[in-house]
Amino acid sequence: MHPAFSVIFFTTCSGAGYGLLAMMGILGAAGMLPADRWMGLAGLFFALGLVSVGLLSSTFHLGRPERAWRAMTQWKSSWLAREGVMAVLTYVPAGLFGIGWVFFEDTSGLWAVAGVVAAVLAWLTVICTAMIYKSLRTIHQWHNDWTVPSYLLLSVMSGAVLMSVLIHLFGVANPYIQGLTVLTLALGWGLKTLYWGFNKRSKGLPTVNSAIGIDAAGDVSVLELPHTSENYLMKEMGYKVAQKHADKLRVISHLTGFALPLAFSLLAMFVTGYAALAAVILAWGLCSLGIIVERWLFFAEAKHTVSLYYGATSV
Amino acid sequence: MTSLPSHTNKKLGLVIDLDTCVGCHACATNCKEWNTGGHSAPLTDYDPYGAKPDGVWFNRVHSFEVKRGDRPNLTINFPRSCLHCDNAACVTVCPTGASYKRAEDGIVLVNTDKCIGCKLCSWACPYGAREFDEDEGVMKKCTLCIDRIYNENLDPEDRQPACVLTCPAGARHFGDLNDPESEVSQLTAARHGRDLMPELGYKPTNKYLPPRARKVDSADIGAPEELEAIEADGFLGWLDKVLSK
Repeated sequence: MHPAFSVIFFTTCSGAGYGLLAMMGILGAAGMLPADRWMGLAGLFFALGLVSVGLLSSTFHLGRPERAWRAMTQWKSSWLAREGVMAVLTYVPAGLFGIGWVFFEDTSGLWAVAGVVAAVLAWLTVICTAMIYKSLRTIHQWHNDWTVPSYLLLSVMSGAVLMSVLIHLFGVANPYIQGLTVLTLALGWGLKTLYWGFNKRSKGLPTVNSAIGIDAAGDVSVLELPHTSENYLMKEMGYKVAQKHADKLRVISHLTGFALPLAFSLLAMFVTGYAALAAVILAWGLCSLGIIVERWLFFAEAKHTVSLYYGATSV
Repeated sequence: MTSLPSHTNKKLGLVIDLDTCVGCHACATNCKEWNTGGHSAPLTDYDPYGAKPDGVWFNRVHSFEVKRGDRPNLTINFPRSCLHCDNAACVTVCPTGASYKRAEDGIVLVNTDKCIGCKLCSWACPYGAREFDEDEGVMKKCTLCIDRIYNENLDPEDRQPACVLTCPAGARHFGDLNDPESEVSQLTAARHGRDLMPELGYKPTNKYLPPRARKVDSADIGAPEELEAIEADGFLGWLDKVLSK
């Protein structure tokens, strides 16, 4: 699949935003974060900012962005519509929680309820995003049981890495929260490694033979394409990445998305002051890069069944 | 609503004969010609006279070669268009309600006034039936020529999809695949018509008839294995004698 910048940016950016929002909601409601006005403002501003920029970016790949509001009407059947509805709904408890934290410096009681609801809705939004991909039977690399847990865990992980920066900035670092960041990085790394392994080992059922309705007896190859130049289908769904490039990018993603942030996050537990702050900022920067590479690969390595008509023999 | 109808009264669709299709692209050409003025008009072209012409087509004709061991290779000309699936995921993924499947005849259509151009339906279609119009920013697809098949301004025999009418090889057939007595259903049954990628469960309406067994040996058509010499007389007998010297 064509790795469109707007969708890669949207899923990574709003994924991190929803992850941070959920962390703020849960940790804030649990009283693990100080109910300090500036802490709340910075955290929620950054979380909702990432979410909003991501959502806006996702509308840039639409052919008719001015009609984007229509995309919330078909929630009964469409995961994309459900994502839109959940994304908008999440702003309500997140806003209420923000009012409590920033204006009243209170994250307990009913404000805490709003925080927990915001966290749950944030996670549900990420699950809806993942379900858009998981529900496509045309793409074996997405239509499997790894897609949803991977999206959700990487969102939580990106949020945790951001939360580490926040608590170090405000000098309220706490081994439990930092430990959570380390844990999510380790789990995220493990899950994504297993997911990549699954995609390497397994392929989809359709073949070029079943795509053109010819018995399995015989090797089918393309004799002539319908048109002399590339068409929409080939550009959108026929994207191919050279295996050697994909492998290199995967190493980069392993290192910058998971291994190095894990090392720096661990380091931050054993040092203090500016050293710890530098470590968590490095972890965040590297992790962001690695997750963008991970997401690029998620699209570029997805093989659509349409490619069977254009020379692929399996997907 | 982009939920699928629980039942369609008719299942209008195409039966395409891969045995007789000669790969002339007439169906694709006439499709383009009719539909660029039809329901989903225009079928936009980009750079039509340039080095890399591109544009929206509802029908594209591929050619494949099948290598079959010691038997002769087989050429398959394969026209590809919307199969108007029973289980059309392109409809259910649509977030806006622009994509829909009609309960009365099973035809899958796009309301281009509601389409936001998110392209998700084209991702959901295994067969590449939907093509994005970059100029209009909306998705387009085969309409089964709804503006021909119900068009009372046309003679009854012309109320068929443009691709079917124009096929010079008679390789395309149009009808109700829900009616077991219809010509297309009978043809499908007699020739063991296939679904494309049945393993994905889209339940396409259109069927493809596989190529018949090729007649390679003389015995396949009831001819003797070798020709026998005949005894000629008269002028031809004299000529045979002279030329045989």
